[in-house]
This record gives sequence, structure tokens and C-alpha cells, in this order.
Amino acid sequence: MDIDKDLVAAMATPLVLAILADGESYGYAILKRVRELSDGDIEWTDGMLYPLLHRLERLGYVSAEWGSSPEGRRRRNYRVTESGIRQLAVQRRQWLTAHRTLGGLWNLSLPAQGA
Amino acid sequence: MDSLENRIDDWRTAVLRGRAVTESDADELEGHLREQVIDLQSSGLTGDEAFLIAVRRLGQVDTLTAEFAREHSDRLWKHLALPISTGMREPSLLVMLGFAVLAGGLVLAATLIASSTKGEFSWFARDVSLFVLPVLAAYFALLRRMPLPRVMAYASVVALLAVTVNVYPFVFGGATSNLVVLHLPFALWFIVGGAYLGGEFRSSARRMDFLRFSGEWAIYYTLIALGGAVLLGLTTLILTPIAPEVTGIVSTNILPVGAAGGVVVAAWLVEAKKSIIENLAPVLTAIFTPLFAIMLVVAVVAYAVSGVWRTFDRQLLTGFDALLLVVIALVVYGISARTAAMSPGVMDVIRLIAVAAAVILDALVLYSMFTRIGELGFTANRVAALGLNAILLVNLVVSAWLLARLLAGRAPVVRLERWQTGYLPVFAVWIAVVLLALPPIFGFA
Repeated sequence: MDIDKDLVAAMATPLVLAILADGESYGYAILKRVRELSDGDIEWTDGMLYPLLHRLERLGYVSAEWGSSPEGRRRRNYRVTESGIRQLAVQRRQWLTAHRTLGGLWNLSLPAQGA
Repeated sequence: MDSLENRIDDWRTAVLRGRAVTESDADELEGHLREQVIDLQSSGLTGDEAFLIAVRRLGQVDTLTAEFAREHSDRLWKHLALPISTGMREPSLLVMLGFAVLAGGLVLAATLIASSTKGEFSWFARDVSLFVLPVLAAYFALLRRMPLPRVMAYASVVALLAVTVNVYPFVFGGATSNLVVLHLPFALWFIVGGAYLGGEFRSSARRMDFLRFSGEWAIYYTLIALGGAVLLGLTTLILTPIAPEVTGIVSTNILPVGAAGGVVVAAWLVEAKKSIIENLAPVLTAIFTPLFAIMLVVAVVAYAVSGVWRTFDRQLLTGFDALLLVVIALVVYGISARTAAMSPGVMDVIRLIAVAAAVILDALVLYSMFTRIGELGFTANRVAALGLNAILLVNLVVSAWLLARLLAGRAPVVRLERWQTGYLPVFAVWIAVVLLALPPIFGFA
């Protein structure tokens, strides 16, 4: 399935924050997780994840540290910050509202209350 | 396997050609590429096949580096390496010279008309920026290929300003006319800023670029002015024995042309050099922030102990406005070279001390003024100085709060940056008020 580019872009921030909320991770693993979760439906240009991660770091939503992979290669690990968690909660409410509204039109059975 | 290593090396070199991509970004991307290649190989692909697919998934190098440039536009400013062909439109020397000559020519014509009609002191001083800064704005509009409707919008704002300040019936040598002389160049500078950003002034990062540009421009212009002063001084010295009238020609004809042309040349230099040499404004800021902090703390203590603020001379208020403006500049250019990853340090403490001391000093002065407002009364000068002072004070109080939060690790530096760039419209509106509203209110006196 081809998902609209703008929609993928809008999803990117909450998706990355939500994945990092499950635990510290790094670029390649985050993308693998996105593919797994969406059964490959959400296709990302892999490289674009990095400017996004750097933006989230600049905004203080994630913090980053150089570590190393099991093979001894330098690897940059990202971790969500407190303010990232708060931002995730805000985005979660927004997505649930969108979800509920469209769901109401299309008669999907959805939880009435978000959060 | 060797060919795979070579191809990874080539790809890495191509990525690093992006001016905003650092070695550590390349490390991060290369790590990703390698992991993807290994995963694909383990599902049975050869090294070359795996490499091709992994590179495709990462995206086209151009798009990727452009995305890095968008996120890290600060890096474009202080890169020490020479750029390798970037595909970006470099400001051409000839076009720049054309605009510099145009600005110089307009000012020369204005000088000649003013001196022949004895208008030097009535309209020339007021209008001179109108002959220079719109030319600079036009230069940037051309450089950024601004769409025509937007150009027309900017042009009509300039025309509105030009017509208004010239039809207002100012009293010769009055306070409101002096306020216009002082504020019109700043109003036009905002137009230059709009053109510099190609009209994209809504984003905070772009506005920060404009602030960086302004700081660097001021430094380049000062340097050009120093060089020009030496040149003209020596010219006069050498030629006066042969032709005594040369002093007059230099000061009335050559000096104004050079001063106007220098405005465009300095702007071109900033654009051409921004990616080649380290930015100067942050360097100067680093030197002067501690010195200003010491001066301000001493001043606060001296004012408070001596009680001199109780009998504060109101003429000094403009001086205090300048002081607060300098402190804001120290904050802005201090943070303009910071990266998000940098943790708060000693410089931020010094910055906070300087800002806090400036706020206390200014609060003392304002308090003394407001308790005596009855005996002072309002004049155009006082309203302009007090209004600016209030605007600067609010900016600094919030800056101090954000600096304290930054030091406590409670707010990223981007909050402070956004506050400063978000505050620019406040200055623009205030300048417009001083230019357009104060003269009629105070009867053009």
C-alpha cells in the first residue's frame, strides 16, 4: 500500500518518539521496528530518519550518545527525554482525535476516550 | 569484498560533500549502510547487490544532504573547509558590483541635488537610507529569485515609508524628524531581511540566519569603512599640496559613494565568505560578554550604593537603550554558534550574570523615571526612548529566565533562540510606530 508522503511525514515524530519510549535505540533498529510494526506498509527513505533524529535532539525531545555496536563500530544511541515523553502525550492526543473523528465517519468501532 | 569497501568509501565521500554533513553524521549513516548490507547479505545477496539496495533505501545523496542542510543551517555558517561545487547559486561578482555602483550613483545624485538646493540638513539626512537599503533588498530579491508579486509587496512597503516620511510636515530640526532619521534605516533593514530570506521569514531558523547575517554584515562594513577612511585620508594628504580643492571633492562626492557601495559589498562578502571563514560575531561576543558582565555588575553596585539612580538624568535613557541592545546582541550572537549537543557551561553563567545585571540596572532607572513622570511630561523623544526601553527590558527578563532554565537543564537552547527570533516582529512594529505614528501625535515638532 502506498501511503501519502505528507501523512508519513506527519507520523514520523510520534512514531520515533513512541519507539524510543520503549527503550533506548539507534537509527537502523528504529527503522527495522517501523517496518515490522507496519508490515512494510510504511516505507521511509532511510536516510531521512537522521535529520529527523537530530531535529528532535535539538528540540530536546531526545538525547543522543555515541556508543558502540557488538562488532565494535561507532553507533549513536538515542533516548527519549522527559520533555519528549510530554510531547509524545500531546501528539498521541492529536492522533487519537483524528482517528476517532474519521473512525466515527467510517463506522469503525473505536475507543471513545483518548489518552 | 574490496570492491564493496571501495564503494562504501566513495559513497561516504559523496555524502560528506554536503556542506552541512559532518564526519560524525557520515559515521552514523555509514553504520546504517553497513548494517543494512550485512542483513541483506545474510539473506543471500552478493556484496554488490546488497550495497545497491542499501544505498537506494538510504535515499539519493543530494536529497539527503539537502535535508541535513535544512536541519543544520547553522553549520553552513561556520564551516572551515572550502566548499566543493554545491550547485547553489553563488552571488556573482559582476551583479554585486552593478548593485554597488547603483547604490553609489543614487547617493551621489542625491548629494549633488541636496548641496545645490541647500537640502543637506532638511531631507538628505532623513532620506539617505532610502537610496541605499532598497538597492540591497533588490539585490537579494534577484539573488533569491523572489517571485514578482512578493517583490511588488516589498516595494510597496518601501514606497509607503518613503512617501510618508517625505509628506509629513516636519518642523526643521525637530525631535520627531530626528527620530525618523534614527529609525528609518532600521525599518528598511527589516525589508532587507525579508529579501535576504527570500520572503521565508516565518521560520525561526531562517530568522536566525538573518540575525547572523546582520552581525557579520556590521563587522564587514566596519572593516570596509576603516579601510576606506585610510584610503581617503591618504588621498587627501597626498593630493592637497597639488590641488587644495581635493578635500572638498573627497568629502562631498567620493565619501558618500563609497559609503553606499560598501553596504552592498559587505553584504556580498558575508554571503561569499559565510561558509569559508569562521563567523566573527560569535568570536567578538565571546571576548566581550565577560567584560560587559563585569562592567554591568560594577555599575549595578555603584548605582545602588551611591543612590545616583534616584536623580537619574533622563538624557541618559537613550544610552541605556543602547546598552540593553548590546546585551541582547551578546546573547543572540553567543547562542548563534552553539549546537544543541553542547551542554551549558561557564559562558552561559556569565551571560546570565550580564543579562541579570542589565535588567536590575534598567529597572532602577525606570523606577526613578516613573516616580517623577509628573514633573517630566511626555515628549516624542521620551516616548520613543521609554517604549524601546520597555521592549528591550521584556526581552531581557524572558532571556534571563530562559538562560536560568538552560543552566538548570530544564530547557534546550532552542527555546532561547526561538524567543529571540520570535521577538523580531515586536521591534519591527515599534519602529513602524515611531516612524508613522509619533510624528503626527507630537505635531511634527
